[in-house]
Amino acid sequence: MRFTRGAMLSGIVFWAVNSFAETVSSTELINKAKDYDGKTVVYQGEVIGEVMARGEYAWVNLNDGKNALGIWIRKDLVGQIANTGSYKVIGDTVEVTGVFHRSCLAHGGDLDIHAESLRLIENGNRVRQHLSSRRLKLAFGLGLTLIILWISKILIKPRKQK
Amino acid sequence: MILKPRKDDFQIIAYYLGKVILGLGLTMFLPLVLALILKERAPALDFLLSLEITLIIGLLLERFFQTDKSLNWMQGMIVVSLSWLAAMFLGAIPLYLSGHWASYLDACFDSMSGFATTGLTLVQNLDHLSYSHNLWRHLIMFIGGQGIVIVALSLFVKGFTGGFTMYVGEARDERIEPNIVHTSQFIWLVSIVYLILGTLALGLTGLWNGMSAFNSFFHGACVFMAAFDTGGFAPQSQNILYYHSLPYEVITVVIMILGAINFKLHYHLWMGNLKEIFRNIETRTFFATIMLTFLITAFGLYQIGAYPKVMLLFRKGFYQLISGHTGTGFQTIYARQFVTDWNDLALVGVICAMALGGAACSTTGAIKMIRIGIIYKALVQDIKKIILPERTIVIQKFHHIKEVILEDKQVRPALIITLGYLILYGLGTIVGMFYGYPFLHSLFESTSAAANVGLSCGVTDVAMPSVLKVTYIIQMWAGRLEFMSVLTLFGFVYAAFKGK
Repeated sequence: MRFTRGAMLSGIVFWAVNSFAETVSSTELINKAKDYDGKTVVYQGEVIGEVMARGEYAWVNLNDGKNALGIWIRKDLVGQIANTGSYKVIGDTVEVTGVFHRSCLAHGGDLDIHAESLRLIENGNRVRQHLSSRRLKLAFGLGLTLIILWISKILIKPRKQK
Repeated sequence: MILKPRKDDFQIIAYYLGKVILGLGLTMFLPLVLALILKERAPALDFLLSLEITLIIGLLLERFFQTDKSLNWMQGMIVVSLSWLAAMFLGAIPLYLSGHWASYLDACFDSMSGFATTGLTLVQNLDHLSYSHNLWRHLIMFIGGQGIVIVALSLFVKGFTGGFTMYVGEARDERIEPNIVHTSQFIWLVSIVYLILGTLALGLTGLWNGMSAFNSFFHGACVFMAAFDTGGFAPQSQNILYYHSLPYEVITVVIMILGAINFKLHYHLWMGNLKEIFRNIETRTFFATIMLTFLITAFGLYQIGAYPKVMLLFRKGFYQLISGHTGTGFQTIYARQFVTDWNDLALVGVICAMALGGAACSTTGAIKMIRIGIIYKALVQDIKKIILPERTIVIQKFHHIKEVILEDKQVRPALIITLGYLILYGLGTIVGMFYGYPFLHSLFESTSAAANVGLSCGVTDVAMPSVLKVTYIIQMWAGRLEFMSVLTLFGFVYAAFKGK
């Protein structure tokens, strides 16, 4: 009974934090790490790199445009992530709620967030590669110049110096 | 009387500079090929353009300044210093074209940082940089670590003469084998063998960490190049923190230490002379300074209780320290954490470690262990002379591959170069303070730049003043080349204007 009441209470607190808390930026978390240490925070960012599964859990790195922070999260919660940011892909933007650690005892002193929930904010997408026609023309012109120079190097032998 | 340089001097310098540029241009084929394989079309075009520009400049110099004369000392030194500047400007082209650097100056900053194996960076949105550009960032560290001129001339150009001059000009003054081409080939052999082993170790760890096979080995190769060449770039913006992995950190520590060891020592270890590692003055000094600087850093961190467990102290305190001491610059903490989470004493420990550096004839920068060892021995000798009776002849020896009797001719250059580095650290600090950065932060960043380390406490940023960016570029350049060739270039320019 005590357990159920405790669980309910923590559930309510978690729901309240999740519903009303403002997202904290990575800069704020890094610069004021001592203030946020051990507190539940809401952090939002683009999933970058890869989701790295480690047993029942996974590491997800979220970049909010300034820095990327490591998120330690249950593997079943990362199923929503379909796109991870790279050169050709803009990763999904997600919001996580979890406990912030200035120097995580479980993870070798990493500054990280142990997430309890993850919410998909925006789907990522593939980036269309754009080729500049100006650069293409320039590359063509320089290529011709290079070929001419190379041929002249082969054909015209330099004079022997005295 | 200062003599004006002859026309011949300019011709020979320009001709060999052309050859180096041609060699550098050929290295751009690697990222170009990777871009084509991975269908990174825009980056492929960036590298094609850069390659064409580089080869055209190289060919023009070689064509119009054709000569069959060999380099003398002065010319060799100038070729070296100019080659590093040329490499910076040309190597920055693909970086700038990628759109991930705010200005060409920023791209030049990263290019010099890469070639000089520093690791300070002004890249923006690194997590979306193409694989080919990332390969280039790490490849320039690998090339710079071996020595741009040596790489270009010994591997890509036939008829390589005047090698030893340029070998010395690139801050290597010990021959491993009698022939300089064989020496540079041995350095390449060591590097390639370790590249294969290191990439394999990091790649397998990456797989175990939950990364995809391609990324595991691509990151493995990049991180190896940055670690062995004590560079410090990494493919992701969080640097080594991205991997959240103890095995990854342990492996990079081993590679960083291997990179900080004298190639001559590698040679003797490879030949089975394992005792050398325990007797050599450089490894002994290295061990002693690591212990001493770690003691300072650990005490500082203990004072503020930053890392309450021993394991944490090692993964954060020791990792940043060894990264700084070897001149690598890998970080497992955010730059600002040096300021927000560490106290001044801990920072001073890391600054001292950065200022000292690794072994001579390795890929590290800074004062270097052999000089620290020699200065220490000279100090001991002088103290003995004072204490012992006047008639006593005090002979001080040190072991570096063989037993060597300490003489003034070894102490003097060691002290001059050390003084040069201390001045360089100080000058950068003053410029930083001129722009309003606190003393310790300015000293930290300046030492990191001049000692070619790459650790940052947050000063290095896109928004920092251009003058400070240029200052750090000069520090990285002069620090990597250990002044000699840079000072020769300044002397040459002065003589060109004022000479008779």
